[in-house]
Amino acid sequence: MNPNFYVVLAAVLFTIGIVGFLVRKNALVLFMSVELMFNACNLLLVSFSRVHGNLDGQAASFFVMVVAAAEVVVGLSIIIMIYRARHSANVDNENLLRY
Amino acid sequence: MTTLLVPLVTGEAVAYWVCGPLMVIAALAMVLFRKAVYSALALAGVMVNLAVIYASLDAPFLFVVQIIVYTGAVMMLFLFVVMLVGVDSKESMVEKIQGHTVASVLAAVGAFVLLAAFVGNSLVNSAVGVGDANAQYGGNVQGLAALLFGKYVLAFEATSALLITAAVGAMVLAYAERLTPRLDQRARAKARIAEYVTNGVHPGPRPSSGVYARHNAITSPALLPDGTVAQDSVSPVLVNRIGLPDADALAAPTKKAFAAMEAAQGADEEDL
Repeated sequence: MNPNFYVVLAAVLFTIGIVGFLVRKNALVLFMSVELMFNACNLLLVSFSRVHGNLDGQAASFFVMVVAAAEVVVGLSIIIMIYRARHSANVDNENLLRY
Repeated sequence: MTTLLVPLVTGEAVAYWVCGPLMVIAALAMVLFRKAVYSALALAGVMVNLAVIYASLDAPFLFVVQIIVYTGAVMMLFLFVVMLVGVDSKESMVEKIQGHTVASVLAAVGAFVLLAAFVGNSLVNSAVGVGDANAQYGGNVQGLAALLFGKYVLAFEATSALLITAAVGAMVLAYAERLTPRLDQRARAKARIAEYVTNGVHPGPRPSSGVYARHNAITSPALLPDGTVAQDSVSPVLVNRIGLPDADALAAPTKKAFAAMEAAQGADEEDL
């Protein structure tokens, strides 16, 4: 199948991720949008791995997954920390680093 | 010469045209749902569909990893945090900056145009396919292993450091020190007796909910010997939520039955 289709699909998903990241205010949904963008990039890596006929793209996609997992763990614990202090996960409310 | 009536449809095309639209719909749903739990489930849908597309793209290892790592670990972590941070907290859609939503959507459309224009320059119309690359070491997993433990071994080692740092970091960040000592059984019993001595609060367990001829739900209030309602017999949470049912109405069928029995008894005695 023509690889361009996958490029278009990845671009659409990435754009939806951007919209979610810019529009939403819940910190958790922002994180989910970031994950969506990660996934769109992974799709692109895997499809171009197929275009070039080697596995380097798939290896890169694997590394992206690992980094995403680590990022989610730290990010979510930061959200929990902020929630404990402020009782809110709304990014509009977080205008101070402490107190 | 034979012509195909139906154009040759490959598994890839089927996977693309089934899972691609589903992914886009689920992604839009993730952005549009007001509640974080629904968004998380929609994102899980995106990831499962993406895994199917990986499988159709000759990447069986990534297919499995996508399911295990993303839908398994990452989304479960998301759901845990959603449950901790308040499932029922609705997001306010009030714009702090005027025209924020419109500007955001415009920016995203601009980004899409940029992506399309840049990637459009490098469009390719044929794919070599990873079949040969997969076959070189005897399979996709073996081929990826040769890459990860050969060419990218340094990056792989750095990954292990990253993962352990992330795990330790999460533990340090999420750890909350206890400000008050934990109450043990003795302390609680002492506090209960002290409450009894000073305020006269009954130290024993509260009365259980009422049992009527037709009702024994946990919301039915128990009756005291004098016929009044025992206020402690129903949890205050339930009272706040659905109110206290009328004890007289609950007991009415029993009273009616007793009245009927007494009337019948009276009639029998008259007959005799």
